Amino acid sequence: MASKSATYSETGKVRRVIVVGGGLGGLMTVIKLCEAGVPVDLFSLVPVKRSHSVCAQGGINASVNTKGEGDSPQVHLEETVYGGDFLANQPPVKGMADAAPGIVYMLDRMGVPFNRTPEGLLDFRRFGGTLFHRTAFAGATTGQQLLYALDEQVRRFETIEVEDDKGVAIHGEKMVRKFEFWDFLSVVQEDNGTVRGIVAQDVKSMAIKAFPGDAVCLATGGPGIVFGRSTNSVINTGTAASAVYQQGACYANGEFIQVHPTAIPGADKLRLISESARGEGGRVWVPKDIKERRRGKDVPEKDREYFLEDKYPGYGNLVPRDIASRELFLKCFHEGKGVFNAKSQKNENEVYLDLTHLPQEALRKKLAGILEIYEKFVGEDPYTNPMRVFPAVHYSMGGLWVDFERAENGSLVMGHPRNSATNLEGLYATGECEYQYHGANRLGANSLLSCIWGGMITGPAIATYRKNLGKSSYDLSSNVFDSAEKRERAKYEKILKMDGKENPYRIHEELGKMMLLDVTIERHNDKLDKVISSIDELTERAKNVGVTDTAARSNQGAQFVRHLDNMLVLARVIAQGARNRDESRGAHFKPAFKDRNDEEFLRTTLALHKEDGGRPSINYVRSLDYSINGKPVHATDQVDISLVKPRARKYETAGAASATAKGDAKPAAETAKPAAAAST
Amino acid sequence: MSDRKVRFKIKRQDAPGTEARWDEFLLDWEPQMNVISSLMAIQRNPVTTDNRTVAPVVWESVCLEEVCGSCTMIVNGKVRQACTALIDQIAPNGETITLEPMTKFPLVRDLIVDRQKMFDNLKKVKAWIQLDGTHELGAAPRQSQENQEEAYPLSRCMTCGCCLEACPQVNSHSDFIGPAAINQVRLFNMHPSGKMHAAERLETLMGPGGIADCGKAQNCVEVCPKEIPLVDSIAVVSRATTKHMLFGWLLK
Repeated sequence: MASKSATYSETGKVRRVIVVGGGLGGLMTVIKLCEAGVPVDLFSLVPVKRSHSVCAQGGINASVNTKGEGDSPQVHLEETVYGGDFLANQPPVKGMADAAPGIVYMLDRMGVPFNRTPEGLLDFRRFGGTLFHRTAFAGATTGQQLLYALDEQVRRFETIEVEDDKGVAIHGEKMVRKFEFWDFLSVVQEDNGTVRGIVAQDVKSMAIKAFPGDAVCLATGGPGIVFGRSTNSVINTGTAASAVYQQGACYANGEFIQVHPTAIPGADKLRLISESARGEGGRVWVPKDIKERRRGKDVPEKDREYFLEDKYPGYGNLVPRDIASRELFLKCFHEGKGVFNAKSQKNENEVYLDLTHLPQEALRKKLAGILEIYEKFVGEDPYTNPMRVFPAVHYSMGGLWVDFERAENGSLVMGHPRNSATNLEGLYATGECEYQYHGANRLGANSLLSCIWGGMITGPAIATYRKNLGKSSYDLSSNVFDSAEKRERAKYEKILKMDGKENPYRIHEELGKMMLLDVTIERHNDKLDKVISSIDELTERAKNVGVTDTAARSNQGAQFVRHLDNMLVLARVIAQGARNRDESRGAHFKPAFKDRNDEEFLRTTLALHKEDGGRPSINYVRSLDYSINGKPVHATDQVDISLVKPRARKYETAGAASATAKGDAKPAAETAKPAAAAST
Repeated sequence: MSDRKVRFKIKRQDAPGTEARWDEFLLDWEPQMNVISSLMAIQRNPVTTDNRTVAPVVWESVCLEEVCGSCTMIVNGKVRQACTALIDQIAPNGETITLEPMTKFPLVRDLIVDRQKMFDNLKKVKAWIQLDGTHELGAAPRQSQENQEEAYPLSRCMTCGCCLEACPQVNSHSDFIGPAAINQVRLFNMHPSGKMHAAERLETLMGPGGIADCGKAQNCVEVCPKEIPLVDSIAVVSRATTKHMLFGWLLK
């Protein structure tokens, strides 16, 4: 039976839910909860305005079809599913593609300064894996602009008071309370496993505290830092997802890690040069001659090899990222054709990304954000010199397993508590930390969309779950929270006392190098076996670290020890998942198993954590049984392919990705010819 | 490995009110090195030039590509983002690089300060669109390319704090809200639906600590890492508040 009051617990406390993470997914969840009248405690490791969503550059997909190309949500759905090599469950993707135009309009209403057409409409550009102009953008800092728009709306809810069941404002209780600079440690679980709150640590005062919440939503982003340097922000260690995985949440498709083809090297991070550079007409090439010594801009047209355009005439420079990265790897690593570097006197693993043939005025209006990054960090003018770029780890398609409720029309039942639910009752997940939309490879400009759409379905799902909740978390015995708090305090005290010889940052450096080398673009079983045993070794060594910092405030050293442990756990999930999947699909490529094998592997990898005599290992399952509001739910690893039948994935021919799309769409090959011609 | 070295002198302080000290570190140079990767190298080996093993320096950072606004600090006496402070540019001949925390915000520890007041200021000036809701309401009002091109640069403010640090009017004796929040008022007041609430926002800047406290030193625009035309924004908002003060609702 549901609680008597929607606002108050039996003990008279305002019933809140907890959202952890303030990127696009988290913020959109918060907004939807607030609109449903549900007060929220929002936790974030950093001020939410600095979340990693800020790094997204190129844009957000929505088939608004303002260019008269015959684009439609159906085409968007099909291309997303095809781009993901058919590993994504299709109903959530359909829901997302259908909602996309409305989402972009909403963002426009919020004040996102999207680029415009001369008529004052939203402008759209091309992105990978499609021939349509489907990507709305605000210069080349679209993620930043979207994050700010949602951040502003959430800030507004920080000033709005909670209303009780009769609509009377409760003085001093705001709809959103922010807890910024708090590190998530674990969820608080009742004896039956139901999630009732979280334990978190204030990273300034280092205080550890348990917080009740009627439900918890993780929106904590991806685990890119497991690979050492990547395009990810330093906060993306995946620590929160790893922590709940160790508490029993299922992790799905962990082996699917996207490597972005175009980044620039740095000693601290690899900085992304957005796919929009190619969407606006940028071309990728290497010199034909390995011994070419001239500067990029001095190499004449006849001596250049436009290898993507040559091999994939249909999609050219805008093939999906997994394919582009593999081709770059092939050119540089296997053929040794990377660009010669005068300083190092060798062919580096770099190719040219060339914009110099495009009008500078247009580049400034549409791409200034990324060209500025190139200029600042490389010290070269990208308007007149071809940029030198190389692949970098960018995104995790895998993540916490979440469920969905399929509607009759093939989409989702909005507001159903199964949407975005993990297998731990009361715990939801959204954004990059879950696995839902991108299958084996994400298409560019679909991540901002999936985060916002994720929030749009997760907020209502949690609102329903909370409504049907028998007993509010605020009415539980305080023992549940005290013991969780005590457990985490003991763990932290233990870390502070560690005085071994190992330096945690050096262990992380070793982990990153190994993961980068053997668990990214090309995967070999013998090397993966070595990686897994090295993870065992590093895990042992991590028990012997010395904490160099014992200060009471802002102790980043001790905090990092915890993140490192959690990264090692996720590294195993990624590597072991890759080892087990003997096929090639999307971003997961094994030269020894070059083909996709639907018969054996068209299924979701479901990983559960277990400990074998104190050693972490993984229990792979084919189905999950869990409950929501006390009702049993059964889910399996079978992929819902009810909307688009799997077929071979090829990008050589224009329109292949949308070949079976019906609806408003005209055959893509026909309508998109001018666009394709412009880029080749 | 090159034998080129990079020398750092870093201001340390464990907590507000405790004594500050300087630690010096000598690092191996590496390609593409910046202040952040140097601080990371110190984490891996926190030993000073006088051979003391110390607690690693703590600092704030997130994106490392100058869009998040986290890593603001004073590098060689100038407030800026640490991620874009490339060693080859700031110390091409092995000069000592000094790092200090910003001074206009409460210190937390080492290079970390508390910038909460900047976020509070965004609340104060109502830096948002009063959205009816996130449900589907069709397209937003059309906007000219010109309007977008004016708004977009204003919208790139990362709340990094450089402008407040550089502003002589922001100090312990004044409540001046600073250029960042004023710029947000300009941004929202030019949006087709944001301007419906322009007066409310202007009024937040008309009291003590508001726009009249600007001393026109123009330091803000010099230090802004995103080259936001902050002086223009202050001028635009200043004119608008004057108009609003004189004529109020008569001029809509």
